Amino acid sequence: MSNSAASSKSVIWDWITTVDHKKIGILYFLTGLFFFAVAGLEAILMRIQLMFPEMSFLGEQTYNEILTMHGTMMLFFAAMPIFFGFMNFIIPLQIGARDVAFPFLNNLGYWLFLFGGIILNVSWFTGGAPDAGWTAYAPLSSNSPGHGVDFYVMGLQVSGIGTLMSGINFLVTVINMRAPGMSMMRMPLFTWSSFVTSMLILFAFPALTIGLLLLMLDRIFGGAFFDVGLGGNVVIWQHLFWIFGHPEVYILILPAFGIFSEVIPTFAKKRLFGYTAMVFATLIIGFLGFMVWAHHMFTVGMGPVANAVFAVATMAIAVPTGIKIFNWLLTLWGGRIRFTVANLFALAFIPSFVMGGVTGVMLATSAANYQFHDTYFVVAHFHYVIIGGSVFGIFAGVFYWWPKMFGYRLSEAWGKWFFWLFLIGFHLTFFVQHFLGLMGMPRRIASYLDGQDLNDLNFISTMGAFLMGIAFILLVINVFISRKNTTNVNDPWDGRTLEWSIPSPVPHYNFAQTPLVRELDGLWFEKMNGDGRMKAAEPLDEIHMPNGSILPFFIALGLSIASFGVIFTSWIVIIVGLLVTFAAMFIRSIKEDHGYHVPVSEIKADQEVEK
Amino acid sequence: MENLTALDPRGPVAEMQMSLIQLSLYIMIFVIVIVFTIYIFVLIRFRERPGDTHIPKQVHGNRALEFIWTTIPILLLLLLAIPNVMDTFTLADTGVPEEGVDEALLDEDEAVEDYLVVQATGHQFWWEFEYPDLGINAGQDLYIPTDTRIVVELEASDVIHSFWIPSLAGKQDNIPGITNDLWFEAPEEGIYAGKCTELCGPSHWLMDFKVVAVDPETFAVWAENMAEPDEELTEPSGEVAVEGREVFENNCIGCHAVGDEGSPTGPNFTNFGERTVIAGFLEYNEDNLHDWIRDPESLKPGNDMPAFDENTISEDEMDSLIEYINDLRVLE
Repeated sequence: MSNSAASSKSVIWDWITTVDHKKIGILYFLTGLFFFAVAGLEAILMRIQLMFPEMSFLGEQTYNEILTMHGTMMLFFAAMPIFFGFMNFIIPLQIGARDVAFPFLNNLGYWLFLFGGIILNVSWFTGGAPDAGWTAYAPLSSNSPGHGVDFYVMGLQVSGIGTLMSGINFLVTVINMRAPGMSMMRMPLFTWSSFVTSMLILFAFPALTIGLLLLMLDRIFGGAFFDVGLGGNVVIWQHLFWIFGHPEVYILILPAFGIFSEVIPTFAKKRLFGYTAMVFATLIIGFLGFMVWAHHMFTVGMGPVANAVFAVATMAIAVPTGIKIFNWLLTLWGGRIRFTVANLFALAFIPSFVMGGVTGVMLATSAANYQFHDTYFVVAHFHYVIIGGSVFGIFAGVFYWWPKMFGYRLSEAWGKWFFWLFLIGFHLTFFVQHFLGLMGMPRRIASYLDGQDLNDLNFISTMGAFLMGIAFILLVINVFISRKNTTNVNDPWDGRTLEWSIPSPVPHYNFAQTPLVRELDGLWFEKMNGDGRMKAAEPLDEIHMPNGSILPFFIALGLSIASFGVIFTSWIVIIVGLLVTFAAMFIRSIKEDHGYHVPVSEIKADQEVEK
Repeated sequence: MENLTALDPRGPVAEMQMSLIQLSLYIMIFVIVIVFTIYIFVLIRFRERPGDTHIPKQVHGNRALEFIWTTIPILLLLLLAIPNVMDTFTLADTGVPEEGVDEALLDEDEAVEDYLVVQATGHQFWWEFEYPDLGINAGQDLYIPTDTRIVVELEASDVIHSFWIPSLAGKQDNIPGITNDLWFEAPEEGIYAGKCTELCGPSHWLMDFKVVAVDPETFAVWAENMAEPDEELTEPSGEVAVEGREVFENNCIGCHAVGDEGSPTGPNFTNFGERTVIAGFLEYNEDNLHDWIRDPESLKPGNDMPAFDENTISEDEMDSLIEYINDLRVLE
């Protein structure tokens, strides 16, 4: 065996077993981007099908499967993991920590997410993907023939465990691992919003877990929770799903709000306007996010009292969101605004998201919602907030943090082409859908009849989708052609927060010495009032680091095997899978692992190289 | 062109909803104009100019501004929330006394004099309309008298569907095991498009229905003939049609009823000849009817109707069957 083969094997081993939050972050991020591309391709297939009336490009059944997978993949396996990637990579750096609180759990969370995504997608090759929509309303889901919905249930269940772990991990990390002087009210907004996001995960995901459990029992083990004939109730699923599902959309938007709150101050060269108001607005949005789930259910017959209460509660969310918008505008006011690609996405977010926000208030108007509900108006609304908010946030974060994560800068020129094509494509695709909805086009239809005046706008919408697809290809090209831009990567944007105080790529122990934080925007404070470097809070000393482990991989693998056992109702496979999981957990419990120490000499050598 | 769009309301309910949509839109345009004005001003005024290296003043915030942009949105939302709550209660009140309520106790103003109750049941992928007070069962076409409050009781037999007539009324869901209701009125005669708006399977997109609003006199005739078809109307007009009735009785009557004969498993056929479309979406002509009976699955995937090939119904029998079905009318 040659040397390179041996080293490449050890590289793979290193990435599988890693407990380094930066590597796990990159794994989340790249896997998420891959799933994003897959789900995006599914969206384009759907738009091709809807380009002309009565197209037969995809059959109805295939269309419903792609529709379901697009939503499920985008939310659970693209947007959330990409944000998890950023959170993993950035939170410890922003709070001056050397890792997350539970590195082992972090690794486990990633493998559960990846295996969950694989389980879900295996359905394509075993007789058909889930076809009941990402909301999987019973009894359509509980009666859906074949195994498609079973894959949905088990894929989400497995990845959901991982998500819950990650949420707990981030909560503990933020509470316990902050560097000296990094008080809660000095935390960067991205860390704050990730913290609130993690709280939402902690309280929202159990509702999904229960819902999926009931659905699994109904589908596979003869339960009757959603079987009306046996006394079941199908609306229970909708409540459980949306008690999870509404906070879920805030799980997707709050980290993006956090990214904008980093990017806008950096490129306006101004401190975030109204920091305290921003923090409390984030907390209020998170809290209200749990109070409004039934606005997805105005038409299920909850009665006028419930509808009125949930309508008003939903409208209330516009207030803290408005506070945020105005604070961002006032951050820009009086600044020196640089139009980098990262900032272009942040700036494009403001009008795009406002448009998605106002249609949100319109949808909250319960009596009018009877017209909007389940039409393309809703499709337009949630793509305006999810793309105009979350995805723009992701792309802003991609261009902003890429040098820190990968050690090179993405091309600004290619990035601007990408930005403009994506922005135009996005508005072209979704703006017209508001009108389609009111003109009588229900959502989730596999095609539409000719002669209903829906043709032109659908064609325009599809053209927009193509533009977004082309734009994404430009991003991928950018990633590959920019690899030589390795100069000026440590602090390319004149950053304000701690992650820009350390080299890129980041040493595996992050901070040679734990920094002392003296003010909000700690690095900026040192640039203005100190020597431009973070003060150390400790003498240079050995650094204690955790060892990698292969056990999380096997814990997750065992659960995945058991999931296939559940899907195909094979008790042997279930037992084998669970044995693998519990064996790995047992080994973890009895094997003592004290980690290792990075010697001072290595740290000093790194610092020499840096100079 | 039949009425499809919610943007052109044709009845009081859709009008109420349209005016609420307009109110919310105006308030939201007001918000958008303010935000966009500040936004554009800021981007132009404070953009980095070449050679500019000044460090902007690091402003912490401003209490007065925070107060303003918290309270003004609250006031704007109240402007929308109050009419919305009122409309929500108005729409929820069908005006029909609930069972078990002593009608004498009801406020006279609240009672609606003239109303017609229809039970709309969603099936994969068609609509059944029952008129319990008139003893009528109809499929796909919802005949209603103009200027009468129509109270629709919504049910579902398999999965969740949703009942939507964009130009007359917003939707409510048809949920298995639960009965929802909504009301609407159609002041003008005409045909209004109705749609299912809850994903219910492969042919969800083809689960359309029609609301046919006719003047009360015509409706009375329709209702009478639907309940007890006139001998002259149901009797096939010619020899071919008589043969067709035999074919129908041998093959179709297990699922489709004409008058009081036959099963309600599939759509009622008493007035089939007056439909404007077949199976909710196919243009009504003999070729389409023929193709539909031969292979319903390829036209509307996932529906429950079996295919009838030439071994079951020969081409000759098909011709007479189609002639018979075409003759099924109650209004002429």
